[in-house]
Amino acid sequence: MTDLQAEHEPAGAAASAAVPTSAAIPAPQAEDALEARAARVASRGGSKPTRVVAARMALLPRLAELWASRELFAFLVRKEIKVKYKNSVLGFLWSMLNPAFTLAVFYVLFTFFLPNGIPNFVIYMFAAMLLWNLFQTAVLSGTGVIVANSGIVKKVAFPREILALASVGSAFMFFLFQSTVLLVFMVAFWHRPAWADMWLIVPALAAIVLFSSALCVFLSAVNVYLRDTQHLVEVILMAWFWAIPGIYSYAQVGGKLAKHHILWLYFLNPLTPPVMTFQRVFYAVMNPVNTVSHLQQPVLANYPVHWYLAADMVVVALSLVLLTGALAVFGRLEGNFAEEL
Amino acid sequence: MTQNIAVDVVDVSKRFRLYHEKVTSLKERALRAGRNPHEDFWALRDVAFSVYEGETVGILGRNGSGKSTMLKCVSGILQPTEGRVVVRGQLAALLELGAGFQPELSGRDNIYLNASLLGLSTREVQSRFDDIVSFAELEQFIDNQVKFYSSGMFVRLGFAVAVNVDPDVLVVDEVLAVGDENFQRKCLGRIKQFQDEGRTILFVTHAADLVRQICDRAVVLEGGRVLAVAGAAEAIRAYHEHLVAVGVVPEPADESQRPILSRHRPITMTSVELEHAGTGSRPYLLPGEPMTLRLAYEAVEAVPSVVFSYAIYSTDGALVHATDTAILDRPVDIEVGTGRVEFRFDEVPLLGGSYMVHVAISGGPAGVVYDLREQDAAFEVMNPGRARGSVALEPRVEISTASLS
Repeated sequence: MTDLQAEHEPAGAAASAAVPTSAAIPAPQAEDALEARAARVASRGGSKPTRVVAARMALLPRLAELWASRELFAFLVRKEIKVKYKNSVLGFLWSMLNPAFTLAVFYVLFTFFLPNGIPNFVIYMFAAMLLWNLFQTAVLSGTGVIVANSGIVKKVAFPREILALASVGSAFMFFLFQSTVLLVFMVAFWHRPAWADMWLIVPALAAIVLFSSALCVFLSAVNVYLRDTQHLVEVILMAWFWAIPGIYSYAQVGGKLAKHHILWLYFLNPLTPPVMTFQRVFYAVMNPVNTVSHLQQPVLANYPVHWYLAADMVVVALSLVLLTGALAVFGRLEGNFAEEL
Repeated sequence: MTQNIAVDVVDVSKRFRLYHEKVTSLKERALRAGRNPHEDFWALRDVAFSVYEGETVGILGRNGSGKSTMLKCVSGILQPTEGRVVVRGQLAALLELGAGFQPELSGRDNIYLNASLLGLSTREVQSRFDDIVSFAELEQFIDNQVKFYSSGMFVRLGFAVAVNVDPDVLVVDEVLAVGDENFQRKCLGRIKQFQDEGRTILFVTHAADLVRQICDRAVVLEGGRVLAVAGAAEAIRAYHEHLVAVGVVPEPADESQRPILSRHRPITMTSVELEHAGTGSRPYLLPGEPMTLRLAYEAVEAVPSVVFSYAIYSTDGALVHATDTAILDRPVDIEVGTGRVEFRFDEVPLLGGSYMVHVAISGGPAGVVYDLREQDAAFEVMNPGRARGSVALEPRVEISTASLS
């Protein structure tokens, strides 16, 4: 390096001494040309936005850029869905068949082999699975999204957070497809949801989408530098699944934890409130009659409706803070993406 | 006259960390925490230049000179370690044609996706969709999956999308080197059109000829530093001079063969001048008038079989005419001292336009160039008639008619 420079220095000095500045270039029609160019430039007119590329970028301009790229977000989500089921005969039907099949298996399992006696337990379970699938799909694909799209990250300038957010967006689309499966099963079992509390799914979804976004933005950036992240996330997600009341009823675990005064531990998991909200809305029966013992048995938590709203809003607030932090981290790491990939 | 700056590069430096071994796993990172040997490599060091609106500026440099890094900093793909780049107006970067194309999707879907990556709104894409497709010449295949496209089709589609983004500033990285000749001509045509429309173009290349052809000015980079910022011709000269100084043979760009300037200069040119019928009275000559190209030299050693050559270029960089004393069968052995060589043209059959003359003195078995002057002499031809074009042909007209009846 130093050798190279030593060799270059005299040449550089000589050249810069010999080279006149552009203004000094003699050209007979230089003035005319300049004027003609000025006229051409003027003809384009219009106000032009100014952009600064520097080592750091403040949060507000970042958010403004993200907002300006919302159409790109839509295209990326659409692409994700199109590409995923391209060349398969059933196409996006698979996104519904897959959970429907899982649901059927669990129905058989909990009705005939491991009967827990809870009526329509699969609906309780699937209300949780819907949100869990949304979260898991988003985080798994979001973590690897920058690395997977290294081709465009290295060659095209655009707000890269969009990629991570698009992972959440496409996971959300799959969530919508899968919701139809829940509806079909609810009709099949003639299970009545809590219509009056249906609005609760809005804060619950907001909570889970924002929380997933924060994780995706953060993990996608970290994964560029530390490829272990992806594998680590897979393992953590596997354990995480058991921290939400899905396969077991909340009452089974909640009661035991409350006895030891560590119920708060269960609510450290930001996924718990939205999942419980969904079960409250779709399963709706607090203390169903057990089909085996014929006794009433608690399945859902015995909280009033406003508790669910409050818990979800706490997660929303927490996620917004995390998302801000994640965007800041992303902004710092982004500068070297193109060279790390 | 005030000119607005379209791209302002302010003291930009970019540092890359070169690790002896790339660490991307947690285990290795933990093992070597804080003592992973690396070298700092400054790909750019205090680079500063401005590009005015409507200007076409080339960034010229060898491989590894930092020119691509510079473009990436301008387009926002890389962020500079120090300094900043201020871009006024919408910028489109053509760093790799078809970057971001999804092979599984159709050409149509890819146009929408790619255009929105480049910052175009759906409505804008819709209004330009037909233009994009016809420019790419892919009307029949637009609904086929891109993975079935030939590489030429792929590149055409990429270029078509990018140039239809309607950028104020277009950043181009050697992409013109791909595609067949026909397509390259089309690309160049589009770039000329962009220039006419007053757009700003920043253009990276190591092909000096391309810079000569389309750029107003050029920035010469070497080792991450600015070597020169000057008019295209001057910058190219500085670039070649530098290449010679570091002992690199400039690659021949085309059939006109970029000359190799000898380090050893036994003979130098002392003057180059043009004399024509108008000299003294008017600054131009008329088509068909005589002209003389005269050059003077000084030799410090006796040199056998020296070749004097000249080349006449039009202002758009096209070679009009070139020959030398070897081709003309006039070998010269030079003695120590001074001398003159004249090329006399009884008539110059050019129509209107400005022309630049390059002259060179070369010789020896390897054809080394002892000295050369680029654009030291220029002349202008005024076309008094109504014929158009660049060559003064004098046709005779003969018309024969035969009636059917």
